[in-house]
Amino acid sequence: MSFEELRDFIADTFGPEVIQEVKDNKLQPYLVIQAERIAEVCLELHDNQSTYFDYLSSLTGIDNGPAAGTMEVVYNLYSIPYDHQLMLKVVVARNTTPEQPMPQVPTVTSVWRSADWHEREIFDMIGILFTDHPDMRRILCAADWEGHPLRKDYKQQDYYHSIKVPFDQHNELNGFKGEPQWLVGQPTPFSDKREKPE
Amino acid sequence: MNIPQDKTGEGGIVITKLDDLLNWARLTSLFPMGFGLACCAIEMMGAYASGYDLDRFGIIPRASPRQSDVMIVAGTVTFKMADRVRRLYEQMPEPRYVISMGSCSNCGGPYWEHGYHVVKGVDRIIPVDVYVPGCPPRPEALIGGFLQLQEIIRKETIRAPRAVQQLMAKRAEQGQPVADADKPTETIHHSVIQS
Repeated sequence: MSFEELRDFIADTFGPEVIQEVKDNKLQPYLVIQAERIAEVCLELHDNQSTYFDYLSSLTGIDNGPAAGTMEVVYNLYSIPYDHQLMLKVVVARNTTPEQPMPQVPTVTSVWRSADWHEREIFDMIGILFTDHPDMRRILCAADWEGHPLRKDYKQQDYYHSIKVPFDQHNELNGFKGEPQWLVGQPTPFSDKREKPE
Repeated sequence: MNIPQDKTGEGGIVITKLDDLLNWARLTSLFPMGFGLACCAIEMMGAYASGYDLDRFGIIPRASPRQSDVMIVAGTVTFKMADRVRRLYEQMPEPRYVISMGSCSNCGGPYWEHGYHVVKGVDRIIPVDVYVPGCPPRPEALIGGFLQLQEIIRKETIRAPRAVQQLMAKRAEQGQPVADADKPTETIHHSVIQS
């Protein structure tokens, strides 16, 4: 099926309001789907005999930054028997502070099992919560990491388990070759390089 | 039949210092812990294998930290791994040594500025004896690091064990009473290498 046929198929099946935006340039056309209905659209695209998108090529998240105030989740679908593909997007509002609730998107793990770890990676790196996900926790960063590193306004923490995170000429100030400072004899800001200063 | 008496004529007795005997035994059977973190570990494995054959130095990787003398931190130390590295180091019995292999574990390497997930030098977690530069270092460089570590061990003495020295220096720094504070401190220390 071509992109236009797939667009009409979705509009006929779920109503025209489910497609929020159509970008049909030749390079990479995509549809922007309503966030709360993405799971049922994906399920129909997967199950229907005429579309049969049995392979989730890629599932990624994009942070558009605090100025735009939006985040996106991008679904790249592929049908192995029909050899056609489709790109879907979901746009959600972005939270600017950790106190505000995270943006939420329905999970598609029930449609493609491979979406499980992809969605966990998006949760870890961007900070989008996938509702009804079977195992929504961080996949790459440590479990008690603060913040979501691929956000545009990410500020890394100063200490993790009392290990200093930024570089800060830390090694030079403490005598680079690993000599204890009572041998180097340089004034250092920290009493011991392995401990958090007071 | 060649027995020692016939060869030396000295009754088969060798006289040496206990320090020298212990150090010789220690530095010729360095057992590193068999673990690697990133691409440096590939070079480390190449050094273990028959091409470079670390076995001829008595260096055989061990499967457990309880049986190891040396920890080779070969690769990028992430914050997620930092807790594990520290625990593995604490599980090793004294005397224990650390070789930091490669730029990542020396100072963060290419991740020094924007790598939020990388510890900027494994010496922020555990004390390091020898730094091996390179990205990744060649097996020759790792062997050079081991030779340097052997020189460090050769200068040790049981009269001033390193662990006790560090403990005493830390106590003195914090103003706590030290048992033999009136005695002059020993000049022997692991990280002072006279060339």
